[in-house]
Amino acid sequence: MITDPPTVDHLSPVQPGVDTTASDGVLLRVRDLHTHFHQRGKLFGGGGSSAVKAVDDVSFDLREGDIFGLIGESGSGKTTLGRTILGLAPATSGSVWWRGINLADINEKRFRPLRRQMGMIFQDPNASLNPAMTIVQGVGHPLQIHGITSNKREIRRRVAEMLERCGLTPAERYLDTYPEDVSGGQKQRVVIARTLITEPELIVADEPVAALDMSVRAKVLELMLDLKDQLGLTYVYITHDLTSGRFVCDQIGIMYLGELVEWGSASAIYDDPKHPYTTSLLEAVPLPDPSRKGRDKQLPVGEIPDALNPPTGCTFHPRCPRAFEPCGWEGEDLVDFFERRWTEVDADTFDRELDATGPLTQVTTDRFVARFKAASPDALIPLLNTLRTSGQDPIFSAVRDIATEGGDVVVRFEDGPAPALQPVAGRMVACHLHGIVPRP
Amino acid sequence: MTTAATNQHVLSVRNLRVAYSTPTGYLHAVDDVSFDLSAGESLGVVGESGCGKSTMGKALMQLLPPGAQMSGSVQLKDDELVGVSRRDLRRIRGEEMALVFQEPMTRLDPLMKISTHFVEAIRAHRPRTSKSAAREMGRKAMAQMGIPPTRADNYPHEFSGGMRQRIMIALGVVMQPSIIVADEPTTALDVIVEAQILDLLDRLRRDEDLGLILITHNLGIVAETCDRVAVMYAGRIVELGPVEEVFTTPKHPYTQGLLRSVISVDTTELASIEGFPPDLQHPPAGCRFAPRCDQVFSDCPVTDPRLTAVTDHTAAACLLYDGAYPPEHREGAHA
Amino acid sequence: MATDTNTSAPLAEPPAQTDPSSSPLTRLRKRLEHALRPWRRANPGARYLVIAGVLITLMFLVMAVFADTVAPFGQDQYCSDEFFNPENGACIGAGPDEQIPNRAAPSRQYPFGTTDTRFDVLSRVILGARIAFAVVAFSTALAMLIGVPLGLFSGYIGGRFDKVMVLVMDSIYAFPSLLLALIIAFALGLRLEQLGIDAPFVPAAVAVGTVYIPQYFRVIRNHTLSVKEEPFVEAARSLGASRTTIVFRYIFFNVVSSIPVLFTLNAADAVLTLAGLGFLGYGIRFPTAEWGLDVNLGLADSVAGFWWTAFWPGVAITLLVTGLSLMGEGLNDIVNPLLRVKGYRGKVKLSARESLKLAGDRDPDAMEAAPHRAGTGEASR
Repeated sequence: MITDPPTVDHLSPVQPGVDTTASDGVLLRVRDLHTHFHQRGKLFGGGGSSAVKAVDDVSFDLREGDIFGLIGESGSGKTTLGRTILGLAPATSGSVWWRGINLADINEKRFRPLRRQMGMIFQDPNASLNPAMTIVQGVGHPLQIHGITSNKREIRRRVAEMLERCGLTPAERYLDTYPEDVSGGQKQRVVIARTLITEPELIVADEPVAALDMSVRAKVLELMLDLKDQLGLTYVYITHDLTSGRFVCDQIGIMYLGELVEWGSASAIYDDPKHPYTTSLLEAVPLPDPSRKGRDKQLPVGEIPDALNPPTGCTFHPRCPRAFEPCGWEGEDLVDFFERRWTEVDADTFDRELDATGPLTQVTTDRFVARFKAASPDALIPLLNTLRTSGQDPIFSAVRDIATEGGDVVVRFEDGPAPALQPVAGRMVACHLHGIVPRP
Repeated sequence: MTTAATNQHVLSVRNLRVAYSTPTGYLHAVDDVSFDLSAGESLGVVGESGCGKSTMGKALMQLLPPGAQMSGSVQLKDDELVGVSRRDLRRIRGEEMALVFQEPMTRLDPLMKISTHFVEAIRAHRPRTSKSAAREMGRKAMAQMGIPPTRADNYPHEFSGGMRQRIMIALGVVMQPSIIVADEPTTALDVIVEAQILDLLDRLRRDEDLGLILITHNLGIVAETCDRVAVMYAGRIVELGPVEEVFTTPKHPYTQGLLRSVISVDTTELASIEGFPPDLQHPPAGCRFAPRCDQVFSDCPVTDPRLTAVTDHTAAACLLYDGAYPPEHREGAHA
Repeated sequence: MATDTNTSAPLAEPPAQTDPSSSPLTRLRKRLEHALRPWRRANPGARYLVIAGVLITLMFLVMAVFADTVAPFGQDQYCSDEFFNPENGACIGAGPDEQIPNRAAPSRQYPFGTTDTRFDVLSRVILGARIAFAVVAFSTALAMLIGVPLGLFSGYIGGRFDKVMVLVMDSIYAFPSLLLALIIAFALGLRLEQLGIDAPFVPAAVAVGTVYIPQYFRVIRNHTLSVKEEPFVEAARSLGASRTTIVFRYIFFNVVSSIPVLFTLNAADAVLTLAGLGFLGYGIRFPTAEWGLDVNLGLADSVAGFWWTAFWPGVAITLLVTGLSLMGEGLNDIVNPLLRVKGYRGKVKLSARESLKLAGDRDPDAMEAAPHRAGTGEASR
């Protein structure tokens, strides 16, 4: 649907207070955006408060009329990013420039009138409509909120028109019914109608079809694409589903643990992903093609880590099939390595190695060190050295030294910086494989 | 489907019906479903929500809600599951059949260590197994599913969603059953973990020669994991055949529509099936898909098609194929 | 389309009305139908509970409203009508024969007997209903008017305001309710007397009402807390709705459903509290007819063998409380049907919808059981 996929290798300049959309075509500039949620420390046992970095240093441009796909697993922060853009979640720092206004910097009261020009479509249509309002009340409410009209007849007329536009014909049949009277697909159409009734220009759609039955998904997506063309909308399309991204999006951004790890034109990324995480996602997604059956998938190990305690360096490194020395290896990775290794070795090896390391609960770790407190050094040091020289796991490439300290075995690691986004083949990628560019 | 053939099948389902009684009459959520499953074979069951795939899975698992009535026959090796006693059912679950669900956490006791789960599960079937022997069996099952042996004494909440699902599967297969029934086992998981779990299930099936029934709404999962696929619509199987054949040359218009409506990375045009599944309390006469079918003709709204072989391996319930007419109609048509 | 003709069937799609007219009357009918939907879907048991409760309560309500016509005598009338002056309650010139007999056993003339102060028990039971309803209505209205808005805003705004409110309400709640009512009734009664205001039931009603404010507050606040997490509230924010609009148009109508249940159960409790106050002598003052007071007055009689003076007011208390409780329990079943399904044991015919839900095949006309994976696990606050 796009003729000439734009290449992305820089961020456009920001001019606060100036609406440059008409000249450079960029509707939304997200710069160094952070959204952190603070968790209280425990009631007893002290400890300071810790923060979940739901969105961590995200920057991208969204051009007017484009569909920007935010793709990631659950916990990747994609929904929070969408909510932060619309001021529904508070930004910790950074900016969201829209027509010269920094949306991340204005309070709810100042934001309210702007909401007429931007809207959100939610994942679960069953929950995003007020069950106590009829469809005409619910869809027409934004007209009253923004003082566009309060004439009942006029509201009815406009709502009916928008419902028909969203494929709910004849609208009269739906106007006075309640959300529970219509099907899931129809509800999502009602939600879309409600979002569009104030004629916004920017829509954040959070998994708009994920909750729908598969035979309905295509219809709702088609409606969204048609409406975009008719009304000149710009979308942020949030999804975990890679399959729809290519068809729907002009640009996509792949998110992992709150960070944007790759963004660029959809076709470029799908044809030739440059970040190992993107590759893994494309590798893992099941397609209705039996010829892919039994293929050897290069899957990342483990699962997305706890956002409260994310890995250092590149946050994807513990799972990355292509991780190497500078990726930010830390003490905890060594514990994970042994756990993983022991699911593969036989029982005797396991028993022998467990004797060497001692219980893994007795291992203390921090950014650069793993300290085996209950180890038998005579057994563990040779074991570690063998593993190090065998080169079977990249973690050992980052080991600086292995030593005994007062009966403990201590493994130290080299420093590894977090990768910054850098231009690679017409898109931005945050990965050391393409040259080590540390994040400031 | 001769009697000789059924002997090789580990599971034979014949004319399975599940009905719920409602104030206004009976509702057949599953209506006359028959299929076989061989050892080491994986069968995918797909369809829209409300097509009866989940109810059928629950019927196989004997987990139907109170008020549901089941008829027909479900033969699992030497046991008939329809009308089975509670006592036999306890034995069959575990020793013959493993169940895997969408949300594993609800099936694990939060106050019990993982190793204790295994000991309990094993001793429920073999009361005289010593604790250490049971733990050893558990360890093997865990290793098979890639669960670190060092975590055996952790509690369920200390594991991630994918690990819990692995634990559930390991618990299910520790007694070496003949089949696994998995109802949307990866729906709650992310795509990478989903792929990991499906790989494990697939490996388990090959290594242990297990029969696998995989109920899912995701056609991609079926295509990549299963040998055969049953497409369900309005409580019935409308197409049943090898995955390769059904996905490349679907016979039933519903399967064709379903495959068209899937959005994939190479999708260039969106398509969908018009209309909605019928109300199962008042299913349309004749073919249940007729009101939505793009190849409907005059016989469809009046004649109810039977599932019939249309190629050597694939069966479809559609009047486009001659054998789908009930016997009396066919004679009439040919007369 | 396939099933447009099947609008009555529960699974038909789409069940939207085919009636194209949109006169205000039709709209009103549709909204009424919507409001009554939980009632129609409720199981018969719950409906019978409510019906029984409503019948009993209605009986008392009729008694209360038409008390003056129904009751054979006035509340403090101790002689036959011709000698009685309703203005000052005096019986001028009534000889012993014209006076109502003292402690007469139930008879045709005095079906419930008479008291030692020569009052007709039946009349006092009937007139007592009036006081009971007046106090219940006044006190629950007071509790609702204060408790509901406080609960709504406390729940929605949260933060420090919420913490303070919860603390205050919990302190009130933790106080033994009868003792609290007693203190308020006593203090307020004294004050009104000093000011020379004659409002016999106000102290009792305020006392009873105050006791229930925390209940409305807690229920509404907790319900608000859960409703405000619903996506439609965030949706309302994304549409630009102000806080007040969200609270009253999006949250309020979704939490009101818990009010009727609380109202009926509180009303039952209020009848008891009022009676308790009366019994202890701090509620309604003699000679106004009030059941608790009458039970107290009759207590000495019953020890002496005159059972009827305390018995009938006692029966009235029990019956009205039972009626209101039945209504409350039934309504609770209707408003929160989930509890019913969860608590289910034994053989009951489930409705089709419930059966399907239990079976995991969601309503075909609702949504697909599709991936809830994304979004849900997104960094929690």
